[in-house]
Amino acid sequence: MPEITLHVNGREHRLDVPDRMLLTDALRDRLGLTGTHVGCEHGVCGACTVLMDDRPVRACLTLAVQAEGRRIRTVESVAPSEDALHPVQQAMRDCHGLQCGFCTPGIVMSLVALHERAEGAGTVAEEEIDETLSGHLCRCTGYRNITAAARRALGADTAPCEHAPEGADR
Amino acid sequence: MSAAPATGGTGLIGTSVLRKEDDALLRGRGRFLADLRLPGALEIAFVRSPHAHAEITRIDCAAARALPGVVAVYSWDDIRDTVSALFLEAEMRIPDQVREAIKPLSRLQPVPLLADGRVTCVGQAVVMVVAEDRYLAEDAVELVEVGYAPLPALVDPLDALAPDAPAVVPGTEDNLAISVEGRVGDVDAALAEAAFVVTERYRSHRYVASPMETRGVAVTLDPRDRSLTVFASTQTPHRLREVIAGTLRVDPDHVRVTAPDIGGGFGQKGVQYVEDVLVPYAAHRLGRAVRWIEDRTENLTSSSHAREQVHDITLAADADGRLLALRDDAVLNLGNANLTGLVVPYNTLTHVIGPYVIPALDLRVRGAVTTTMMATPYRGAGRPEAVFAMERAMDRLARKMGIEPHELRARNLVRPENMPHRTGLMYRDGTTQTYDSGNFPELLRRVVGHLKIDEIRERQRTGDVAPGKRLGVGLALYIEGTGLGPFESGSVTVLPTGRIRVATGASSQGQAHQTVFAQVAADALGVPIDRIDLREGDTGVIGHGVGTIASRSMVTAGNAIHLAALAVREQVLADASGLLGTAPEDLEIVDGIVRPVDEPEAGIDVAVLAARRAPLLVPGTSTGPGAVISETTFFKPPTVTVASAAHGAIVEVDERTGKTEILSYAIVHDCGRVVNPMVADGQVTGGVMQGIGGALYEEMEYGPDGQPRSVTYMDYLVPTAAEAPPYVLDHIETRSTLNPLGVKGLGEGGAIAPPAVIANAVEDALGPDHVHITRGPLTPSRVKDLLRAASSARH
Repeated sequence: MPEITLHVNGREHRLDVPDRMLLTDALRDRLGLTGTHVGCEHGVCGACTVLMDDRPVRACLTLAVQAEGRRIRTVESVAPSEDALHPVQQAMRDCHGLQCGFCTPGIVMSLVALHERAEGAGTVAEEEIDETLSGHLCRCTGYRNITAAARRALGADTAPCEHAPEGADR
Repeated sequence: MSAAPATGGTGLIGTSVLRKEDDALLRGRGRFLADLRLPGALEIAFVRSPHAHAEITRIDCAAARALPGVVAVYSWDDIRDTVSALFLEAEMRIPDQVREAIKPLSRLQPVPLLADGRVTCVGQAVVMVVAEDRYLAEDAVELVEVGYAPLPALVDPLDALAPDAPAVVPGTEDNLAISVEGRVGDVDAALAEAAFVVTERYRSHRYVASPMETRGVAVTLDPRDRSLTVFASTQTPHRLREVIAGTLRVDPDHVRVTAPDIGGGFGQKGVQYVEDVLVPYAAHRLGRAVRWIEDRTENLTSSSHAREQVHDITLAADADGRLLALRDDAVLNLGNANLTGLVVPYNTLTHVIGPYVIPALDLRVRGAVTTTMMATPYRGAGRPEAVFAMERAMDRLARKMGIEPHELRARNLVRPENMPHRTGLMYRDGTTQTYDSGNFPELLRRVVGHLKIDEIRERQRTGDVAPGKRLGVGLALYIEGTGLGPFESGSVTVLPTGRIRVATGASSQGQAHQTVFAQVAADALGVPIDRIDLREGDTGVIGHGVGTIASRSMVTAGNAIHLAALAVREQVLADASGLLGTAPEDLEIVDGIVRPVDEPEAGIDVAVLAARRAPLLVPGTSTGPGAVISETTFFKPPTVTVASAAHGAIVEVDERTGKTEILSYAIVHDCGRVVNPMVADGQVTGGVMQGIGGALYEEMEYGPDGQPRSVTYMDYLVPTAAEAPPYVLDHIETRSTLNPLGVKGLGEGGAIAPPAVIANAVEDALGPDHVHITRGPLTPSRVKDLLRAASSARH
């Protein structure tokens, strides 16, 4: 059984894992990071999306050993504090971009990657947002509010979401 | 019961309060079934049938049992003496009035937990393997050898009802498991005098609910008394407790069922499955914690399917376009078991008539057993199928008469001044089917306006369409009986800390119960919403409940909580009255403070009142039943509330590729009083997208050999954000007269109309004189087939 080093959410973990262990199982079962969800195990639904060296990957199609030495970020690392959410998370909340919430972590991770790239590059085109979201299945929301949240968080749309209250939490 | 306005005056009902659920879910702190930590838990995998229909000639588990890490391997013979077959008794209770009036046939099929000598669908569980982890369990599955002697598959429900069809269930004479009928007036006489008659056959194809979280069960066992704690991704925890206790022959008090966060259900998690019982069985027998998490292929093939129906429908009108008669003979595919009885067939029977006045009805729905995965209720539960047949027939009838489809509908809608309206049929709960309120003409008027149908017609006439594209418009209306009984529980307790604990038997799969039930309770009680904690989906917290199915939670649990909170409010006011020396009617509760209306500064926090009753905190106070401010209510709706909607779509079909693009989708929706508009809109939108998925992309297709052809998401095409059309979402509000909140059910409605709407729109685009759409999904290849057929017919 290979021993590997996983860098997850800024921490280093030494793990013995079987060759065939998926990254999802290593994150969830070994490290207790259950925010990364398993929806289809064949790379279609996107619920298991994590960032590997800042790029979104399907953790269900990635072996844990492939993540050796790479920098992994999961949804647990995204919010800046207990009192605040990441702008992507906040927009999802304000725009009612989630219902059951099962697909949500994967969507958040893909949008966070886009958000970080936008901070570097300046803008994100609507097509880029649509392209990103097309890699995720959601069965609850009908997507309308997810798209609105994504555009809002990424500055492609400055109008408030339909039911969003002014500014703060309610 | 009158539709009195709720008290409290906090304005919380009707407000888009942001969801209390979201913070944890967004941080990855949700607790879905697979997220629960069960130290040392064993894991289960199943050997499943690769055949649609076969005798089992042998099962050899020796190699699997010998694999290191494997703890147990069970076939039916290993467990049959200690368990009972799966049988959902609650689904089989038929009210006496229904039994007497329509004499329904509902043959029951108790389902053995593992295959008993034969398999009757691909994916049926044959052997259960328990191992130290899922990887090892799956290795062991590969080592189990099962011998099969294949038998002929029976896939089509009409074939299954043919006189010479072999019986799927041993010991039954044929495959007819359900038959229900409803008659009003004389349809033959009406048809004889009708000016226009259409007779059509429509097929509703097979879908899968496909929640993003698959099913799962995790069980721990208390070694002291061998009681089981079952965590399950279920919509109906109380029913599951009864099924587990009954099947495993243990006392219900020794089974606690908890639904943690649930990643979508849509009806698929509303029924109980063999795995729901087998996993607790393994825990009980082994004395260990055990869990099973379904994979996606299992979900697509071995969790219930829905929607497959064939309708032979006849619709007749007089020369003025007044509907005279409706005859519908529907056959639905039950799959390999009738597990949920009359739910879907009877919903189909009572919803085909829709929002229309039709004097003569002759309706029959039969259910056939086949060698496919069983079908159970899925979002809409028998209604989308009925609406597809009826609303397609309405379009065909309108074309035949040479009038606009919406004009034919307008002439036949039940008028608001004629509410409540009785259809003459009996509802499934044994009452006369009655539409309590609604404004169907307004629904239609608005949807026609949103679609700008006159402009579309003008563009079609003048050819103002992109080259190679065809433009079409279609609409459909429906009614939906919602808020089914028999009851739901709601309890409200003021804790000495001042927090308000609300509990109910309903459970959320994304419907924002934490928020909307808090709104209801806070409004009735006059406390801030953030002081309310909802506990739900746990048989250990509230003894009785039904669950979240059938668009029922706000109607049944919402009103139970409302009434319980009003009763608690009375107790609070009585206590405060004694302390303040002010009559209860001169007190108000604002922000959790009870205060005299004319002396607001003399208020007392409800926390103080609760603490005064708590015997351990205040010596000398009561220790009797009144020691807490608490009330539990069981709300029993008199019958269903009737929600309604009109949906419409403008589509553009590409002649070259066959692709249908929805340019705009319009919804005018009436679910009575809306508690949280943001949440309500989200529910409707999600339902519509599932309906669009079924209309254009999704199909669980079986080959003639009974092999499912859509066993991954590469083949079963759940729509993505790219397929979500621009929407218009509009509400009207006709309050229900059947409950104090005035609410109607909401969860399923969105999914009911889209298959009919889109078929109507695509047929309109392709030219209804030449193209006749009789089934979905309208995939590009099917649309191209339709275009080719139309073209060869013309040349």
